[in-house]
Amino acid sequence: MKIVVCVKQVPDTTAKVVVEDKQVTWGDMPLVINPWDEYAVETALLQQEAHGGDVTVISVGGEDANVALKHALAMGCGNAILISDPGLENADSLVTSQALAAAIQKIGDVDLACFGRQAIDGDVGVTAAQTARVLGWPSLTLVSAISELDPGSGSIRVERSVEEGRQVVEGKLPAVVSVVKDIGEPRYPSFMGIRKASRAEIPVWSVAEMGAEVSDPVVTWPEISNPPKVEVVTEIISGGSTAEIAETLAEKILEVKVV
Amino acid sequence: MTDKVWVYIDQFNGEAIPSSWEAIDAARMLADELGGGVTAVIAGSEVQQLSEQAIQYGADQVYLCDDGTLQEFRAEPYASLVSGLAGEHHPEVILFPTTSRGRELAAMVAVDLKTGVLPDVTALEVQDGNVIATRPVYGGKLLAKAVCSARPQLVTLRVRAFSTPEADSSRTGNVNQVAAAVSEDNISTKVSGYTESSRGVSLNDAAVIVSGGRGVSNNPSLEPPDGMDENEAEIWRAQEGFKLIGDLAGVLGAAVGASRAAVDAGYIPYNQQVGQTGKVVSPDMYIACGISGAIQHQAGMRTSKVIVAINKDPEAPIFKMARFGVVGDLFEILPPLTESLRSRLSS
Repeated sequence: MKIVVCVKQVPDTTAKVVVEDKQVTWGDMPLVINPWDEYAVETALLQQEAHGGDVTVISVGGEDANVALKHALAMGCGNAILISDPGLENADSLVTSQALAAAIQKIGDVDLACFGRQAIDGDVGVTAAQTARVLGWPSLTLVSAISELDPGSGSIRVERSVEEGRQVVEGKLPAVVSVVKDIGEPRYPSFMGIRKASRAEIPVWSVAEMGAEVSDPVVTWPEISNPPKVEVVTEIISGGSTAEIAETLAEKILEVKVV
Repeated sequence: MTDKVWVYIDQFNGEAIPSSWEAIDAARMLADELGGGVTAVIAGSEVQQLSEQAIQYGADQVYLCDDGTLQEFRAEPYASLVSGLAGEHHPEVILFPTTSRGRELAAMVAVDLKTGVLPDVTALEVQDGNVIATRPVYGGKLLAKAVCSARPQLVTLRVRAFSTPEADSSRTGNVNQVAAAVSEDNISTKVSGYTESSRGVSLNDAAVIVSGGRGVSNNPSLEPPDGMDENEAEIWRAQEGFKLIGDLAGVLGAAVGASRAAVDAGYIPYNQQVGQTGKVVSPDMYIACGISGAIQHQAGMRTSKVIVAINKDPEAPIFKMARFGVVGDLFEILPPLTESLRSRLSS
């Protein structure tokens, strides 16, 4: 079975991201693989272990955007490809999806494309569904479990985690899945994996090399700013017995009239 | 007449998701600037009654597709329907509520119509005929304004970021029945089952959320039943702790949330997680119990209107965001707090 997993590099969740002189900065915190994408890599590796075949990890980014790809290689993916092109510099989600779809087609005979549910920088969360739509494949988003996958008959059954509960969906391969945390804790990179990843020469594909056409970006970001500081005056309720503190807090909770 | 501003009415089992009405309110504001009225798009099976509701909440006309293939939400046929209608009538803007369905639908319609999607938007304005959408990025650490130069501009609205209009039963409007865009044979997925989650109020729509953190397992006075190993005992303690959280939530009609630490430790399922890698919520009140308030948690709840913190550690960052704080043991505070609220609310 041929599996592709799509990843992105982002600032760590613990990074203090701020705007300085109209530029987004997070100090000297290193970039990491998007946390959701680790679950996508885990999904891909589990399916490979169950059904054989290979896993290729791909990413759209600048010429040196190798952090997420190397992490995925270290976790155990066999190949990595960076899709990098000056034409993709201001890519919006549609353009990114078109580029990813083109890469998946160029890789060829792919059965399953795995995504994390969203990237924690832009929080856009539409790339998996858009890539599926570009490819014309079933879009199985927010998957919490792949309960059945049969490469022979080309069938897949998943559980999706939506607001109201869990939906069981059946589809045909090739398919796109985006996964949520319930899919399983991502493995740590092995020592051997890290060594292999650090030596890996990652091929770079341009849009032209993929024989693809992508749209011009239509979404622009004219302004990015720090959120307005909300001044909160904290009232610490103290003094008296626990029961008295609880009474006072109950009173305060009802006073703000949201309950 | 074609309206410039459309709203997709999200529904589940024939019932509208309340944030659909918030989207109608936002649409009304845009229509006042751009001209024309508000068109609602309703799709599903046996959902005729939603047309009337949409009109009462402010829609001027409705496109209604009532078809058996739309019984369960599947992004493919829904997207083809919305893309088809928009391709024919050329709206300037389509608003969707940011539910799992709304987001996926907008994503696919954007591909079909080669346009942009601006998801999870918290504020809208109009400048020179363009919609300027404000959206939190980096887990709410920053705010960005986004503009889409193509048409239609597809915008999904963060749940509870816009107000709900008053329903007016005297309003009238046209309901245009339309056919489904795709037949069952051409839909590549099938929904074969459904389990509804049993955990009461949904985090997304909750006006009040009570959340527990790692601290809920630290009740020293609890003696786990015999025969549990250390790990099982910890989970058992945590579940006992979450019962207190649940009791308070029950009295307040609130949803139960959790920090990443509590979810990662296996205390509570992932779909209860609030934070940058969980759900982003903005309730009227957020009561954090035994949660320190790491940046990643703050990202998920910082826009809550009133934050209440109960924590043993007076230095916990959560107190900096809280309107009310109690430095103390949640196991001692919660039971009398719940009782006090119960008697006050019932009297």
